[in-house]
Amino acid sequence: MSDVKPTTKQEIVSGIESDIKPEEFANQEYEAGFVTDIDADTLPPGLNEDVIRHISAKKDEPEWLLNWRLEAFRHWLTMTEPHWAHVQYPPIDFQSISYYSAPKSKEDGPKSLDEVDPKLVETYEKLGIPLREQEMLAGVAVDAVFDSVSVATTFKGKLKEAGVIFCPISEAVREYPELVRQYLGTVVPTGDNFYAALNSAVFTDGSFVYIPKGVRCPMELSTYFRINAMNTGQFERTMIIADEGAYVSYLEGCTAPQRDENQLHAAVVELVAMDDAQIKYSTVQNWYPGDENGVGGIYNFVTKRADCRGDRSKVSWTQVETGSAITWKYPSCVLRGDDSVGEFYSVALTKMRQEADTGTKMIHIGKRTKSTIVSKGIAAGHGNQSYRGLVNIGKGADGARNYTQCDSLLIGDSCGAHTFPYVVVKNQTATMEHEATTSKIGEDQLFYCQSRGISEEDAVNMIVNGFCKDVFNELPMEFAVEANRLMEVSLEGAVG
Amino acid sequence: MLKIENLHASVAGKEILKGINLTIGAGEVHAIMGPNGSGKSTLANVIAGRDGYEVTAGSVTYHGKDLLAMKPEERAWEGVFLAFQYPVEIPGVNNTYMLKAGVNAKRKHQGEQELDAMEFMQMIREKAKLVELDQSFLSRGVNEGFSGGEKKRNEIFQMAVLEPSLALLDETDSGLDIDALRVVAQGVNALRNAERSIVMVTHYQRLLDYIEPDFVHVLADGKILKSGDKHLAMELEERGYDWVKDEAAAAV
Ligand SMILES: Nc1ncnc2c1ncn2[C@@H]1O[C@H](COP(=O)(O)OP(=O)(O)OP(=O)(O)O)[C@@H](O)[C@H]1O
Ligand SMILES: [Mg+2]
Repeated sequence: MSDVKPTTKQEIVSGIESDIKPEEFANQEYEAGFVTDIDADTLPPGLNEDVIRHISAKKDEPEWLLNWRLEAFRHWLTMTEPHWAHVQYPPIDFQSISYYSAPKSKEDGPKSLDEVDPKLVETYEKLGIPLREQEMLAGVAVDAVFDSVSVATTFKGKLKEAGVIFCPISEAVREYPELVRQYLGTVVPTGDNFYAALNSAVFTDGSFVYIPKGVRCPMELSTYFRINAMNTGQFERTMIIADEGAYVSYLEGCTAPQRDENQLHAAVVELVAMDDAQIKYSTVQNWYPGDENGVGGIYNFVTKRADCRGDRSKVSWTQVETGSAITWKYPSCVLRGDDSVGEFYSVALTKMRQEADTGTKMIHIGKRTKSTIVSKGIAAGHGNQSYRGLVNIGKGADGARNYTQCDSLLIGDSCGAHTFPYVVVKNQTATMEHEATTSKIGEDQLFYCQSRGISEEDAVNMIVNGFCKDVFNELPMEFAVEANRLMEVSLEGAVG
Repeated sequence: MLKIENLHASVAGKEILKGINLTIGAGEVHAIMGPNGSGKSTLANVIAGRDGYEVTAGSVTYHGKDLLAMKPEERAWEGVFLAFQYPVEIPGVNNTYMLKAGVNAKRKHQGEQELDAMEFMQMIREKAKLVELDQSFLSRGVNEGFSGGEKKRNEIFQMAVLEPSLALLDETDSGLDIDALRVVAQGVNALRNAERSIVMVTHYQRLLDYIEPDFVHVLADGKILKSGDKHLAMELEERGYDWVKDEAAAAV
């Protein structure tokens, strides 16, 4: 049992929601001027209102959305980067990033896989995610994001039959503007935090999912993200709305090829679950982590939040995070509806010079709300790993319950694991349980496996996978297999 | 089959084994007895290849090969098996899964085809019966939450599955209740054959009543002071170790 540190709500919330300090950005003028080169699908680096207008125009957006973006941008200018996370990285020059990049294909977007750039499909196949096979094998609809614009969406027909909307958010803005407008920014407001504000201003694409009342989505929805062009920040915006009694399982997988430049990735994911609705959101994240010396790699600063608006609604976040140089990520649940349930299952692996500060926030507002947090952190090499979690039991949350378990596993002597559990309880009828362990892969465990004929490397994989089992069990089948393999690939050379 | 010559080994700079000489033939059962801290587990661990033991002199030859040059898993592939005095818990790792990995790694090494899931399950169900290990233990985490006696039974079950040619049983009898001891001993006897050699480290005659040894050795202060047949064990049970030490001292 580790000590639970009681604290004020402010401590973490204000941390995550960033302090307001008008500085640098407000006064900074964009000197280079904006080079309008519509033919080139990539904008030159830099960010100002013209860039935002350009993105909005390129995407044919209605005026309300442009204004929404501009408002977010103006808010962002007044904010400063948060530095409370237990991670270290050089300052990011937001003016050196290009905020829009479309894939090379000339078409507006292919209607089927055959129209997809064969090079892209080839890369997917190298990564072991052949779209074609996936279509047939798992019945998974794939909405692949290549840089900032979606290029492949499959299985639309079947979903349409069920009344499910699953499309790039830019398309949703055109086809279902009222639906988007009704929910956009209602879970993660534009000014929520520094990166969410930036995302709101410049987001280029992402997925939009709407499951109508009483519908159980007939298949797992899956998106594979890839980052490709040099120096291009990715700012996805994903929204999933499960209407009353609806159910959906959504899979998000990401990998990126090796590169030298650090890349910023600041996505926003908003989930809304109405009465009796259920959303299961699974992530396998395997972006380029940088090399042994900490050069290169993705900066992954994500805001993911679910609003359990309805009574008896339920949201589960399951994540396997093995990539990125820096991860800053706290998938959260606002348990507004009575008897609503929030779950967070996480495996995070850091090796070499990787740093991760990840965890969750469970905000209990409704009566008899229930949350479960299971966090498994693995650190190897010079990896640095922090669990940061907030459980907030509000005044009206009679009979709320939380169970938190954070376990850390260390491989070697140069890595670190830390836990920062924050608990705020404003209702005395709440039940809280917290367990925490830190262990090292023991020499005796390794020898035991070896004496049974298992090589040291396989033994480490086996022990780590055993450690992660509680979380892997929460993943959809095909993802669980992938997660296992990913851990093995990620642990290669981590021992010795 | 196994030849240990003038083996010296130290742990953390302290010499524990001080010149062990021991030859074990195919199909033989040897018992090693001796006072606490005399180096019995150290000897078993050095043979199995545990890290942290420095061999400062001597050799261990097994089927004509230099055992000390091999990694622990390679020794396992060659047929060495150690039943631990203190079996290790590995949470979340399925008992069956680990054994399957071990068995198939060995088969691969021997150029045999790996067993598929069906064949393997069938095989381990049979072996579990041999030591009357309840099926429920097969799907539990390796030794996770097992009682002391259950862990020991699990060790012999693993031995049955891995079919070693040299089994080192380090105090497998301690922690077993009277009935369990009988069952486990019967299991070991069932595994005796003309090729398989067994080395049992034990403190008690009780085990040797069930598994009759061909040879008994007394290991004290890092050396084998006396060797004999099963009658030596009975004598030790009666008289303790002091007379052996005195005898050895007088001989110098
Ligand atoms: N890692 C270590 N560091 C220091 N001393 C050690 C270490 N491992 C073993 N020893 C010492 O080596 C000696 C022999 O230990 P060993 O476990 O081989 O004894 P044993 O004969 O098996 O005893 P028992 O009958 O109690 O099991 C003991 O004095 C023990 O304290
Ligand atoms: Mg011992």
